[in-house]
Amino acid sequence: METRHPRLRELGYTLHRIFTNPTAILGSVLLCVFMAVALLAPWIAPPKYAHAPYRMPHKGYSPTPKPPDDRHLFGTTSGQYDIYYGVVWGTRTAFKIGFFVVGIASIIGVALGVIAGYYGGWVDELLMRLVDIVFAIPTLVLAMAIVVAFGRCLENVMIALVLVVWRNYVRVMRAGILTLRDADFVQAARLSGVSDVKIMFRHILPNAIYPVLVIATMDIGSMVITASFMSFVGLGAPRGYADWGQMVALARNYIVGPPDDPFRFWYTIAFPGGCIILFVLAWNLIGDALRDAFDPRQRRG
Amino acid sequence: MIPFILRRLLFLILVLFGVSVLIFGILMTFSPERRAAAYVTTPQQAKDIPNLVRQYGLDDPVYVQYVRWMGEVITGNLGWSLVAARPVGEAFWRYFPITLELNLFASPLIIWLGIWLGTQSAIHRNTAFDHSARVFAIVGWSLPTFLFALVLLMVFYGYFRMFPPGILDDSLSLYIMDRPDAFVRYTGMYTIDGLLNGMPAVSLDALRHLVLPVTTQVIVVVALLMRVMRSGMIEELSKDYVVPARAKGADLKTVHLAHARKNALIPVVTVAGQLVGLSMEGSIAVEVVFNRQGMGWWLAESATQLDMPVLMAMCLFMGVVFVLTNLTIDILYAAIDPRIRLA
Repeated sequence: METRHPRLRELGYTLHRIFTNPTAILGSVLLCVFMAVALLAPWIAPPKYAHAPYRMPHKGYSPTPKPPDDRHLFGTTSGQYDIYYGVVWGTRTAFKIGFFVVGIASIIGVALGVIAGYYGGWVDELLMRLVDIVFAIPTLVLAMAIVVAFGRCLENVMIALVLVVWRNYVRVMRAGILTLRDADFVQAARLSGVSDVKIMFRHILPNAIYPVLVIATMDIGSMVITASFMSFVGLGAPRGYADWGQMVALARNYIVGPPDDPFRFWYTIAFPGGCIILFVLAWNLIGDALRDAFDPRQRRG
Repeated sequence: MIPFILRRLLFLILVLFGVSVLIFGILMTFSPERRAAAYVTTPQQAKDIPNLVRQYGLDDPVYVQYVRWMGEVITGNLGWSLVAARPVGEAFWRYFPITLELNLFASPLIIWLGIWLGTQSAIHRNTAFDHSARVFAIVGWSLPTFLFALVLLMVFYGYFRMFPPGILDDSLSLYIMDRPDAFVRYTGMYTIDGLLNGMPAVSLDALRHLVLPVTTQVIVVVALLMRVMRSGMIEELSKDYVVPARAKGADLKTVHLAHARKNALIPVVTVAGQLVGLSMEGSIAVEVVFNRQGMGWWLAESATQLDMPVLMAMCLFMGVVFVLTNLTIDILYAAIDPRIRLA
């Protein structure tokens, strides 16, 4: 008889479920490609300015994009910025945005959710009313207001998104804690004198964290969408910064070519736009598979 | 029921108070000098800024300024919009109908398509139809609204020359502007105003300009509804009442549509709030890309031009919409599910 730790056994089972799911495999493959591109960026697209690798190199200032050729693999966009370079380094920007925003927001959200759910009473009431208030304004609108107040740049877009999306995690975490707070195994731990902090982090949190993992995975994608839209309207990355949203903004005036050749400038939007879609799709596919894998109703069917 | 609604209206006041404190806090991160600069229009006035700070009391304690600002807001003075070049309250009524029109066309389509797709894909679970519907949903969920809108413009405006961006053709809008007494803006929505003024050409042209924006909005928002409907329907179909209903002679269609779908609609109502939020966010991207001067466009334009009063008014407006939608959802919820009683 195999004697593994039950948590390890569960993990093995979950991984098995994830990696027999075709959508999850597709998502992970896409993600691995993006990871590889992000890690290898300095080698596959050597920066021209060593001190500022996120600045896209450009030759000249002509506003008309040029089609792909030997020197510019994906062509150049408006302002003669090299699209290949921007797409490669933009991958790093996308990971930076996703990991920074979701990482910090989920830590804040989980901590507050645990406190609200476990202690209840006025702490809970106060925290949840605060969450209600922040929830009353759509993500994009509140984030835009914060960016305008803090000043327009990519860093402030990321900070603004953190200040908005932490609310998502508080509610989910709290709901998870509430269903477990009075469970038998928690009562047993409490009776045997385990401290509050230990009960919270050793006994309740590992059992209630799964829904948070699912929405965090999907949020990485949607944060990249929101940030790229803000760059698109001119609130985020400055002109010439290697950011997919900013590159779409550069392409905006060229989506319609001359009447005899309407798709002449297809490459200006296809490469950065395709990257955004595939990146978000990868995270959503993985998130979808995680949700199926963690769903207790579908476990051990 | 009545006490419940009253309590919710109290909650509305709490949320609005919270939202106002929140956005006032955001505004207060500006230095007094920077806020005074909003009153300055010419370079000569720039040296007056210290006087302006004193005159408008911009360096008073925060709570004094908050009370003063709140007093103005309650009496209906929301400030001046640089982008619209008129007071925020007045500009609001110009932009609001455009956004409302977009969503009046998109929402019924979203609801119908989402419920239909979700139901069919649950009934035909694990068939080719279900798989393609699920792929469609996850791709739609992953599509950034602004990108999808740009691609639609590329194909249907650039290539096919069919559906142009904007609200009305230039010739028509000039024609209307020349005749302010012949074309009365009853609703502010061109599709309806055209008919009311007896100018069907205006309505048709407005509809033509709406095709792409509405398509974008539907594709992007419908995915969430479809997913919730599908999982709700699957759960209902696995319940105990399905087999006896079949055994008593009800045909499959009755079981699916009359029994299961009705119950599966209950969880759908809970995501209605999320759908409204998604539609509001979607409207911003749609209006920016298709160059429709509605609230979303106004908001994005105000953000790029640092037009803070507009952003603040918009946050307050969103707060009101949010609370009222949720109140409606709760009432609907009690109405369709007899197990839930509002107390």
